[in-house]
Amino acid sequence: MTQKVLMAGFGGQGVMLMGELLAYAAMLEGKQVTYMPSYGPEMRGGTANCSVVISDEEISSPIVTEPAILIAMNEPSMEKFEKSIAPSGMLFINRSLIRRTPLRQDIKCFPVECNELARAILSEKIANIVMLGAVICASGIVSGESVGEVMRRKFVGKKSKFIPMNMKALTVWSDHYEDEKRQ
Amino acid sequence: MDDRRLMKGNEAFAEAAIVSGCRYYFGYPITPQNELTEYMSRELPGAGGSFVQAESELAAVSMAYGAAAAGGRVLISSSSPGIALMQEGLSFLCSVDIPLVVLNVSRGGPGVGGIQPGQADYFQATRGGGNGDYHIIVYAPASIQESIDLMGKAYDVAEHYRNPVMLLVDGMLGQMMEPVSMPSRDAYALPEDVSAMKPWAITGHDNRRERNVVKSLRLKPDELEEAVEKRGAKYAAAEQELASYEAVDIESAEVVFVAFGSTSRIVKDAIGLLRADGVRAGMIRPISLWPFPERAFEQVPASAKAVISVELSMGQLIQDVRLAVNGRFPVELIHRTGGMLLTPEEVAARTMDILEVK
Repeated sequence: MTQKVLMAGFGGQGVMLMGELLAYAAMLEGKQVTYMPSYGPEMRGGTANCSVVISDEEISSPIVTEPAILIAMNEPSMEKFEKSIAPSGMLFINRSLIRRTPLRQDIKCFPVECNELARAILSEKIANIVMLGAVICASGIVSGESVGEVMRRKFVGKKSKFIPMNMKALTVWSDHYEDEKRQ
Repeated sequence: MDDRRLMKGNEAFAEAAIVSGCRYYFGYPITPQNELTEYMSRELPGAGGSFVQAESELAAVSMAYGAAAAGGRVLISSSSPGIALMQEGLSFLCSVDIPLVVLNVSRGGPGVGGIQPGQADYFQATRGGGNGDYHIIVYAPASIQESIDLMGKAYDVAEHYRNPVMLLVDGMLGQMMEPVSMPSRDAYALPEDVSAMKPWAITGHDNRRERNVVKSLRLKPDELEEAVEKRGAKYAAAEQELASYEAVDIESAEVVFVAFGSTSRIVKDAIGLLRADGVRAGMIRPISLWPFPERAFEQVPASAKAVISVELSMGQLIQDVRLAVNGRFPVELIHRTGGMLLTPEEVAARTMDILEVK
């Protein structure tokens, strides 16, 4: 089985880190994985995207043209990539910044209030982790434990103090979702 | 637990050089290989090596010439227009039989071009961008792991043949991340006595042996001819010994692709798409670009309707493909350029067009 993920937003939203964490977690689960960033004269405020391919088999092309999962962190990204989503694919929408509704009827949409949920924990800086948490919860593409292990490995030394808030960000959407269901 | 590391291509190339014994790096920044220069500046001093940011690519290759002549394992890296500036130095290194490893993380050209992936440096790499009768041995890895493996091999081959070896990759391989197994830094033991291992190296003779002289100038034509002929014999041996390739499903193929590096990965996906449409497609992936693996083409079955060169250039690899095919099959080209990438769907669709005409 091969899963192709495309994530996009503006520079500074942590799109690349989100992709790297996902790729790293998949590797820890013993999968084959490729991570391919867009690169160029990009800067804060410009657009940034990256592709992650996760598979049980050797991966040929790391380029994702038809993602099964699209993560849109801002409106231009959704406008640009919504049409490329594979039939019956998943679209994760950063509802905090994207007001328009998706055009596609054949896909599953998950609106996530990334920025508000992130602010409630710390600040908008961890909106990307909130989104990643929503993606792994709804898609099961990797486990939360694997992403937690990645954070423990990546955030070492002085950075280790960021682990608890990031772990909280990882589950905030699913907790919120559970709360809503109970009400 | 998984012992693989998730590494970015550029960083993996740098670490692979260090674990292969590289202790000298000279470079000048250029996208899309800057992470390599950054990594070397951070890691090489700690590994007991020297990092120098040169004032230009010409200076970098000249510094490398000196360090390599002294018997060190040296890496220089750049991207297309920077590699162009290094050609004079490469010609000089060949003229004095000094080993060196060069990495080209290539991009679109000509001129300054763009920074997206390109393969239009094929002629520059395989035909020699400098003057005179010489060759650079060129490897084109298709994955980050293969780059690591070939980096180690490149140093051994460079020293065995006493000639520069190039790894030719592109921005896609430089920028992407893949899980890799990296040898440890003590995997290669640095020689305690460089002059015993490399008797040609300029190590200081201390009146214990004849002076070693490294010089490119040979004014007497008969002496120059002798040196060039001797080097020619070395290249003839390299052609016999070093040509390498990967063959994918070519036994019963009706169409055989030829592609190297990152493009070969896209072609592998295209082969899957074509197979789903009932088209038997295969691929020859040259791993060494010089020497070119001509013998691989002996395996192309008589049933093949076309051999298709797939490349990110206006058609450079295709020249070696035509020479290897030698008129036995029609040779076609599928290409993009300028930094645009082919998609598997595009390769499959254009292949169907080519086959319909046949």
